[in-house]
Amino acid sequence: MGIVIFDGVAYGMLLFLIGVGLSITMGLMNFVNLAHGSFAMVGGYAASVLMNRFGLGFSASLIAAFVCAALVGAVLELLFYRRLYRAHPLDQVLLSIGIVFVSVAVFTYFFGPSMQPFQLPPLLDGRVLLLGVEVGRYRLFLIVCGVGVLAALLLVLGKTRYGAMVRAAVDNQRVARGTGIHVQRLFFLTFSLGCGLAGLGGALSLGMLGLEPSFPLKYLVYFLMVVCVGGAGTVTGPFIAALLVGIVDVAGKYYLPEAGAFLIYVVMIVMLLVRPNGIVPRKGIAA
Amino acid sequence: MKPFVVSPARLRVAEIAFWLLLASSFFLLPDKLTLMSQIMIFGLFAVSLDMALGYAGILTVGHAAFFGAGAYAAGLLAKHGWSEPFSGLLVALLVCVALGYVLSYLVVRGADLTRLMITIGVCVLLAELANRLSGITGGTDGLQGMVIAPVLGLFDFDLYGRTAFVYAYAMVLVMFLAVRLVLRSPFGLTLRGIHDSRKRMLAIGSPVAARLRLAYALSAGVAGVAGALLAQTTQFVGIESIGFNRSAEVLIILVLGGTGRLYGGLIGAIVYMLVHDLFADMNPQYWMFWLGIFLIAAVMLGRGGIMGALSRLVKIGSAR
Repeated sequence: MGIVIFDGVAYGMLLFLIGVGLSITMGLMNFVNLAHGSFAMVGGYAASVLMNRFGLGFSASLIAAFVCAALVGAVLELLFYRRLYRAHPLDQVLLSIGIVFVSVAVFTYFFGPSMQPFQLPPLLDGRVLLLGVEVGRYRLFLIVCGVGVLAALLLVLGKTRYGAMVRAAVDNQRVARGTGIHVQRLFFLTFSLGCGLAGLGGALSLGMLGLEPSFPLKYLVYFLMVVCVGGAGTVTGPFIAALLVGIVDVAGKYYLPEAGAFLIYVVMIVMLLVRPNGIVPRKGIAA
Repeated sequence: MKPFVVSPARLRVAEIAFWLLLASSFFLLPDKLTLMSQIMIFGLFAVSLDMALGYAGILTVGHAAFFGAGAYAAGLLAKHGWSEPFSGLLVALLVCVALGYVLSYLVVRGADLTRLMITIGVCVLLAELANRLSGITGGTDGLQGMVIAPVLGLFDFDLYGRTAFVYAYAMVLVMFLAVRLVLRSPFGLTLRGIHDSRKRMLAIGSPVAARLRLAYALSAGVAGVAGALLAQTTQFVGIESIGFNRSAEVLIILVLGGTGRLYGGLIGAIVYMLVHDLFADMNPQYWMFWLGIFLIAAVMLGRGGIMGALSRLVKIGSAR
């Protein structure tokens, strides 16, 4: 029981890391972005290549993954996303599906279709006794990372000037624009930050989910689920939703293996029916 | 550039010519009949998606749920002894309309993002169901061992796909005309109104949610017939009939042809499937790459696909 919850929480943290950027960008610009997993994949491959071919350390690779994914995100924002903020959601869906397809094909071409090899750093290998349960060190590390990122984001969004501007723009974009906030630039920064976090999540998923070129398609629904169930535009919503999704998914696969991935979709649909605007709805939407 | 003006009567002629041309492929391309049947079936599937997406404006990326449900419904009937094809189609239609109507209560409420998620979720859920119930559906091996009785008790499904072509052609034409009738009815005009301005339609007293639910259910039914046709003509249902990739594929077909236009789905299917057939030996990864590039280009450059481009060249009006 304890180990199932623990693994679920670790999995949830990974989903949170990747999904939180998506939540902010969806809340800020109402952009339906299905390509978020591609940014996670960019980060994951960057880390994997740096570690396996250039012998870089694990923590340095994580930072590199963040930077790479943020850069790729920034470039794509400038080239494509920027022009579609006011477009119909269908156009946004098509563009992002296109980006997913291209990224899957490009990564298969350069890295082959197989899973990326990954060697846990010795410090994170093995198990450790925690509250009477033997837990994997790497998963513990994931949880620490997730909570750390949550705390950092809450601090940045709650206490800094940048955070105040983001919150204002999410709550009411027109008024925020009227008070002189440069929403376009704000979104550019936030989008890149979100992509960076996704890249970090992708690099961390090397040791848990495994990374292959079909990654963005395989986990697409999970990332969107975390955002939808949690509530787009918030940070705590996706956190709670990611925990829920992680625990339910791991528990479902552990206790009801014949039901498979079923349980999680049922939970998602029920949650969306009960709370169509998410667990933590953002301000400004009629409940 | 001055648009080329066509009178409505000429347009009718063009419509008839389109269907005659499609029929003539029976004689012109005798060794490509299987492909032609599939093109028409996918065209019908895209038309059904157009009903929900282009006309009613319901953002759905899970329409393969109904395509697959129709295919499995017809396939299972045929496998378990009910081999008459027309009633098989009818059952698939009814099953999918019912399924679509039930699901429409989940889909129509909520914003675009929620709709998107629910449609993807339901589609993946059904795909998972088809995968898990491998005792009934054949799982990843696909549903095999169907027996389809001769059409009208006369024409057996032959190896060259002649009967399959004629059968698919007739059924697609019937369904298309039905869709055309529905979309030109007052009900269809209501959908167009909702798509353009939901608030105004509410203000003039149109029951918007009920109309959208009905449109979604009808669209689901047409998609189910398309799936059933594929199952009957190929006598096989693969697990890939249902699932996210098939949904994305039909979305691409529709976008290529042009959304919100009757012939968009059909034209898109013809172009997409012919190109796909031409590059059939291409590595699927490269195919995916070019599809992605096409989607990005379609969004960034052109609007309205092939039909949109045509409508810029040709204007409908009185010939004066």
